[in-house]
Amino acid sequence: MSTPDEMNYYQQEDLLNLDYRPPKTEWMDTPVDLRRGSYIYPGKPKNLKILDLPNAREWAVKDADWKLPDNWKQTVLDGMAERLSKYRSFKLFMDICVRCGACADKCHFFIGGGDPKNMPVLRAELLRSIYRREFTAVGKILGKLAGGRELTPEVIKEWFYYFFQCTECRRCSVFCPYGIDTAEVTMMGRELLGLLGIYVNWVIEPVANCFRLGNHLAIPPHGMVDTLEFMVDDIEEATGVRVGLPINKKGAEILFVTPSGDFVAAPGIYTCMSQMLLFHELGIDYTFSTYASDGGNFGLFTSHEMIKRLNAKIYAEAKRLGVKWILGGECGHMWRVMHQYMNTMNGPPDFLEVPKSPVTGTVFEHARSTKMIHIMEFIADLIRHGKLKLDPSRNDHIRVTLHDSCNPARAMGLLEEPRYVLRNVCNHFYEMPENTIREQTFCCGGGAGLGTDENMEMRLRGGFPRGNAVRYVQEKHGVNQLAAMCAIDRATLITVCDYWAPGVLVTGVGELVANAMIFKGEKKRTQNLRLEPIPGMEEDEEEGNEEGNEEGNEAGGQSDA
Amino acid sequence: MKVLVSLAIVGGLFALGLLGALPGMGWVFGVVIPYAALMLFLGGLIYRVASWANVPVPFRIPTTCGQQKSLPWIKNQGLENPHNRLTVIGRMALEVLFFRSLLRNTRTDLVDKRRLVYSTDLWLWLGAIVMHWTFLVILLRHLRLLTSPVPLCVTFLEKTDGFFEVGVPVVYATSVLFLAGLAYLLLRRLVSPQVRYISLPADYFSLFLLLGIGLSGICLRHLLKTDVVGVKELAVGLVTFKPTVPDTISWLFYGHLFLVSVLLACFPFSKLMHMPGVFLSPTRNLANSNRRVRHVNPWDYPVKVHPYEEYEDELRDKMKAAGLPVEKE
Repeated sequence: MSTPDEMNYYQQEDLLNLDYRPPKTEWMDTPVDLRRGSYIYPGKPKNLKILDLPNAREWAVKDADWKLPDNWKQTVLDGMAERLSKYRSFKLFMDICVRCGACADKCHFFIGGGDPKNMPVLRAELLRSIYRREFTAVGKILGKLAGGRELTPEVIKEWFYYFFQCTECRRCSVFCPYGIDTAEVTMMGRELLGLLGIYVNWVIEPVANCFRLGNHLAIPPHGMVDTLEFMVDDIEEATGVRVGLPINKKGAEILFVTPSGDFVAAPGIYTCMSQMLLFHELGIDYTFSTYASDGGNFGLFTSHEMIKRLNAKIYAEAKRLGVKWILGGECGHMWRVMHQYMNTMNGPPDFLEVPKSPVTGTVFEHARSTKMIHIMEFIADLIRHGKLKLDPSRNDHIRVTLHDSCNPARAMGLLEEPRYVLRNVCNHFYEMPENTIREQTFCCGGGAGLGTDENMEMRLRGGFPRGNAVRYVQEKHGVNQLAAMCAIDRATLITVCDYWAPGVLVTGVGELVANAMIFKGEKKRTQNLRLEPIPGMEEDEEEGNEEGNEEGNEAGGQSDA
Repeated sequence: MKVLVSLAIVGGLFALGLLGALPGMGWVFGVVIPYAALMLFLGGLIYRVASWANVPVPFRIPTTCGQQKSLPWIKNQGLENPHNRLTVIGRMALEVLFFRSLLRNTRTDLVDKRRLVYSTDLWLWLGAIVMHWTFLVILLRHLRLLTSPVPLCVTFLEKTDGFFEVGVPVVYATSVLFLAGLAYLLLRRLVSPQVRYISLPADYFSLFLLLGIGLSGICLRHLLKTDVVGVKELAVGLVTFKPTVPDTISWLFYGHLFLVSVLLACFPFSKLMHMPGVFLSPTRNLANSNRRVRHVNPWDYPVKVHPYEEYEDELRDKMKAAGLPVEKE
């Protein structure tokens, strides 16, 4: 028997037995249904203590009493008042919604679940109803008639449930005629919950790890050396090239910061390996850092203050090491932080120089203040200048599609760079339908700290729109790989694809680049970075070697799947 | 229930306005209330906009809907992802004048309980744009009643609006379209289960109020004609601050005027504030120049961090054992 945190516990027919029509009861009178598989377990007290967060305690979501602090109500109201006076976004978004409903069927959780409180408008109303009642004259006088309601412990539970059923992907804000951004509302909601010590452990433990050890996964410095050394060996096995491994190297030109997910688990490690190969091939003077060992920042899913606390290490480490500028790897929410928050929070980085490619001489003027560029911007520039020797036919067995990650798409507009790169390293690149890519891209369903198995039902539901689009190109074009520039994607889309589009593998964009690259002094490339045989490249091996042929057939069969 | 309450309130307000036709009440409903409503409108509007403008924008958080400006050979979509003030103005103009974001609207359908299908859905955009634009034209047409002589542009607007020359007096296209737009928005709110579920009494109230104003206005022009000369005398008196109340004005006009007064008075305290609000929306009115120009947070404060020194102090032995350089031996 499988359990609610396992994928095969859920039948597709059951999940898709959707009724988008709301229930008979008004939403304010519909209690929240806390069922296993659709929420995440509470933050453990030890993690809250590491971070000096309030009300650290043992509690469970199913408990009737969540052990809120005595003055919890005043704490929330004071917290709201403070944020209303500090964030124009919050105040404005509380005031100007007309409930036109354009956002309703834009949320992946609503599309895949049908729960009306996952319509972005209603998610915001969960908070707005309290705002009206407590902070507006009309709401104080007219109460429920004006859409106001009382703040009760039940409301807190409802906030917890639905603000952790939002991946802060901002798709709804693309469609809102006033640009109301549910991510802002959810961030405020989570901050208010945080004042009461309500966190989910899947977010707050990585935050605690990141604060202490520089990365979410609690990789200590010596562990990072070990894991990267393994990668160096694997790279040599695949390519015959022995790459250097600069870590904490003072005076390097570039500090390379990437999500820590790429240090530990497939397929992220292949993305990491591809970058090490790229830097080696071009003779780039770079360094990893163990202290700034994660560009990812789960602070974004906690509070603005926590973003700043975790991200301080990036510029601090760049300064300590004396690098000229910073290069960032393939990560989604990391780039929301680096692009929209880092310079404001942790800058100005006057000690750095405007990023300049040591290979092409291109000066990245668009990053002249933040002094950090995206690896796709860097690689696109290299390819444009003909600095990479590429053999895209090595990727001919791959029919790839690109999943735009929410944050690079909707918080930066990094849309063409990865496409340009993909078209140069793959001969078979197919786009998913236009309503599911670029600025309209669908979340993997596991962003913003929701990508844990405890939350399996919501992940599968939230991943359905993406999975459905993947299946479409799988059936139409035989797509067998999904490229994603995001570490959370590379972890969670595996599940989404296995469930909704089985047979499609997940890869980073960089991995495909490295597999297509021709390196100086490389051996005959018969294996990709995954140490799997490359179909079509193995025939020179001794004929009659049954084992080799079998492997080749297997891989060939896979590409047709 | 929400619908009926709102309808009843608007109906009651209209009936209340009719009292203006009673002897001696013309001054209250024709002068005092319109002035008071206008003051509430202007004062409330300034107060509310100031209350937003006084809140800082700590972070630059535009929602980008197109390609960023990065490498010179990649074409930037300035109107969807503005990088400077000019392109921000362009993006805002598209948003305010043409409802750009609504123009993107799609509907999602689950087909065969298996496949998701997205299709363009422009009905909401159409209903909204028709309602808003015709409302503007109707407001401008009313300048005829407030000015003497009537400016040429207002006459031109009327001529164009009555281009089809149907009926006597001519039926304005905008009058019909305004009501049609409102009727669609109301029907959509009632018929679509999701939109109905999220609707508040205030949402119906605004629609009924505008419908009441529109219907009474059309009746005044075509069915129960009032003394236009008298109305103009009242209107010009109001704008020149020399109010007079002619006793030839009909009860229907007072109903119309009272609903307009209610609209003005309620405006700053209602969802209609989306009109000024859209201009201040940080996801739309900021340039995506984050990495080029530093954005300053006016209330920035120091936070507790974990500095490198503490990190190394805790892990120095292990770092040394792994061959990593350290600051302090």
